[in-house]
Amino acid sequence: MCIDCGCAPPQPEHDHKHDHASRKIRVEENLLAKNQRLAMANRASFAAHQLFVLNLVSSPGSGKTSILERTLTDLKGKISFTVLEGDQQTDNDAERIAATGAPVKQVNTGAGCHLDAHMVGHGVEGFDLAAADILMIENVGNLVCPASFDLGEDHKVAVLSVTEGEDKPLKYPQMFQAADLMLINKIDLLPYLRFDIEECKAFARQVNPQIKIIELSCHSGDGMAEWYDWLKAGVAGKRRLVSSL
Amino acid sequence: MHELSLTQNLIEIAEEHARRENATVITSVTLEIGALSGVMPEAVEFAFEACTKDTLAEGASLEIRHIPALGRCQKCGQECEMESLLDGCSACGSYALDILKGQEMALIELEID
Repeated sequence: MCIDCGCAPPQPEHDHKHDHASRKIRVEENLLAKNQRLAMANRASFAAHQLFVLNLVSSPGSGKTSILERTLTDLKGKISFTVLEGDQQTDNDAERIAATGAPVKQVNTGAGCHLDAHMVGHGVEGFDLAAADILMIENVGNLVCPASFDLGEDHKVAVLSVTEGEDKPLKYPQMFQAADLMLINKIDLLPYLRFDIEECKAFARQVNPQIKIIELSCHSGDGMAEWYDWLKAGVAGKRRLVSSL
Repeated sequence: MHELSLTQNLIEIAEEHARRENATVITSVTLEIGALSGVMPEAVEFAFEACTKDTLAEGASLEIRHIPALGRCQKCGQECEMESLLDGCSACGSYALDILKGQEMALIELEID
């Protein structure tokens, strides 16, 4: 058989200038197959370090970075964090996180609207993952695209602030379906807004009946203890998992 | 607009398969996109033209097959068609549905020369 096109029995005078016949081939490959492969490699590397990994997703301005700042400060000495900051441009967020003393790296996606597993794999190079309990990946502020890209995290955590409107889970169902935890942030502002928090929770559960919901304010500190307990349980779970192996 | 990076992945996969077959040109590309995949077919069509420039798939036709979504109720076991992630069970109204079909985004077939 011709190794060039597989077209005919071998002939000494076989002419390679002939027209190749048009033909169909089956592929059946997921468009995200490469990202999934890299995400699995990230997950294996994180697991080897007993690392609890969270992918924080939200619209811009929901308070992801502020929640991180307060969390890293309040849990200093109790839980060791490493942070990857995703933004299209600037390293402003990384500077804010660095001020808390945690190791942090900024990943700029340029025109890209989301982080992918490849960026995260390279992003964590140089971090001492063995020394960390939790890797926080703050995704690009965008409630659409990051939903589709597995980074190798344990959980997506969706942050929704009460200034955004309670129907966000209905408008962006993909994201709230992909998340295991929803943080409703800025609850200290509730007295000044017409935001129906029970309706918001009902909308989120319509899209994702299993989603866990914590109401908090990283400004006033209300509800942060419940978030910290959830983080501590996640870290403890990782250690138990490894010690049981 | 993650359809842009998905389309770049698509071209990468298509070229890899075409080269393996020693093809010099890709004349048609067939995709399956599920109703719950979060992918807008129109955005893929738009990105496809831009992304195929200077590749084996330049000028190729693009066929996108829409895959309707199917869910199974965790409470009553009913299988029901879903239009969106907001849909509940058609029999008992519960929102706890396991998605059986409709999240696909896959390159199915190529026509090569």
